Amino acid sequence: MSVDKETLVKVARLACLRLAAEKLEPLTDELNNILEWIETLNEVDTEAVAPMTSVVETDLRWRRDEVTDGDYAADVLANAPDVQYGFYAVPKVIE
Amino acid sequence: MSDPRTSGLIEGASGDWEIVIGLEIHAQVISQAKLFSGAATRFGAEPNSQVSLVDAAMPGMLPVINRECIRQAVRTGLALGAQINKYSVFDRKNYFYADLPQGYQISQYKQPIVGPGFVTIDLEDGTSKDIGIERLHLEQDAGKSMHDQHPDLTFVDLNRSGIALMEIVSKPDLSSPAEAGAYLKKIRTIVRYIGSCDGNMEQGSMRADVNVSVRRPGEGLGTRCEIKNVNSVRFVMQAIVYEASRQVDVLEAGGTIALETRLFDPQQGETRPMRSKEEAHDYRYFPDPDLLPLEFDDEFIAAARASLPELPDLKKARFEADFGLSPYNAEVLTAERQSADFYEELLEELAKLSGKPAKEVATRAANWVIGDLFGHLNKAAVAIADSPVSAARGAELLQLVDDGTLSGRMAKDVFEEMFASGRSASEIVAEKGLRQVSDSGELETIIDRVLADNPTQLEQYRAGKDKVLGFFVGQVMKATAGKANPKVVNELLAKKLKG
Repeated sequence: MSVDKETLVKVARLACLRLAAEKLEPLTDELNNILEWIETLNEVDTEAVAPMTSVVETDLRWRRDEVTDGDYAADVLANAPDVQYGFYAVPKVIE
Repeated sequence: MSDPRTSGLIEGASGDWEIVIGLEIHAQVISQAKLFSGAATRFGAEPNSQVSLVDAAMPGMLPVINRECIRQAVRTGLALGAQINKYSVFDRKNYFYADLPQGYQISQYKQPIVGPGFVTIDLEDGTSKDIGIERLHLEQDAGKSMHDQHPDLTFVDLNRSGIALMEIVSKPDLSSPAEAGAYLKKIRTIVRYIGSCDGNMEQGSMRADVNVSVRRPGEGLGTRCEIKNVNSVRFVMQAIVYEASRQVDVLEAGGTIALETRLFDPQQGETRPMRSKEEAHDYRYFPDPDLLPLEFDDEFIAAARASLPELPDLKKARFEADFGLSPYNAEVLTAERQSADFYEELLEELAKLSGKPAKEVATRAANWVIGDLFGHLNKAAVAIADSPVSAARGAELLQLVDDGTLSGRMAKDVFEEMFASGRSASEIVAEKGLRQVSDSGELETIIDRVLADNPTQLEQYRAGKDKVLGFFVGQVMKATAGKANPKVVNELLAKKLKG
């Protein structure tokens, strides 16, 4: 598997990254190097092996249905660029 | 011309088109805390007061799943007769929006917690139809954006961010707006019965994405459009009619349907394309590395199953079989669990008071609950749980009619007063001295006087004007202040007038 410049531009746009035109060529090469390296992993036959979900043998932790958190709007909003009446205020986004 | 709302057929210029509909219903899970955090879920709190650092996506915060949300998803799956997956996986669905601080929604993609199932819907023509459910999965809700509070700013409240949703995806088995409406109502009834979602569409705890396509009868599926976030049964049906007609117009003009997301505008009654880039659909799902697979055992499922109440379909069948109710009455009484409970309590009480088997008084009780009680509750906008007339008091009123104390007319007046004051029928009857006069001796005296006082009408009657009988009945009722037993009055009058 390899990527072309077009795919790179699309992926960058999906990730909201702006790439300078002169960066496209070298980045495509870099990404392809990584993908090529992954190709070598594909040489191992994993047909009968279940995908590994964690490096530690453990189960998903569950929590009880209790309210144990929240009620600190000021902390939550502390890093917001703008706050109005207790809301995050952002440049208008409308569909 | 057939009505597309029930027929599912659109008559185009070049012949008929069929509508094919699939629904994705988002149902908010009833829980104290959110799906992956300990923040509260209560509706209507101060903005951003029910937000944990997990919900605000602060760096380093990790999600921990809420047991109750898992249990409710399993209970809902069981109520939908669906396959429960003991192993499921949470994935990240990636997109950027101001009310989604993580930049992705934690959802389930390839391995959902609940697999295929079905529900049966009842249609207006008396038939029923099974609608396939493809899956049910758990996911996080996003925050709430308000675009109309400021000329150039959008206000964001993250209280809803991270609340657990069940997304219930139907197969494209729905073939008319009426079927889609019946399906949505049925899912709402089921989740409300089992208490996994409150079904409140006004507050947004239940909403639907509607997939609509059209095709020539017998042909394969056409390209669909998805109408996002429709929040009432009526709007779902309106949106489908509009969207299907629009697609037929495009196709008949030689155009093609683009796979796209649209919004329904209830004011204009039309759907419009959303101005989002086509790449927005490229969600790049991948397993969330912060969460291990979700696993539980048969015991967990068995406990969830044991906690389910009698489901609406079974209850309806039992009401028809055990009480001899009509399908319509059974349907109306079982649409809400509270109504069914109220009815059964009233019926039990009435059977006890009257000494008759339940089946004998069941239809009368059903007609009273559906007609008189529901009528008054609807008019006063009061839920049955808050009814000022309890089931036991309703039974007492019905028994007073059965034993002849009250006429049907008097019972209606007494009920009005019970509903307004919350007092019992016997109290009102005793206080007002309401007692139907059925004693023939007493009534005969009154009738004799009425006949003597109205010689002109008596002559008219004897000359063949039968209609005057009604006049005499009215006079007797007036003389007894409405307390005379109308049946006895009619019988006695007929006898006297003949003589």
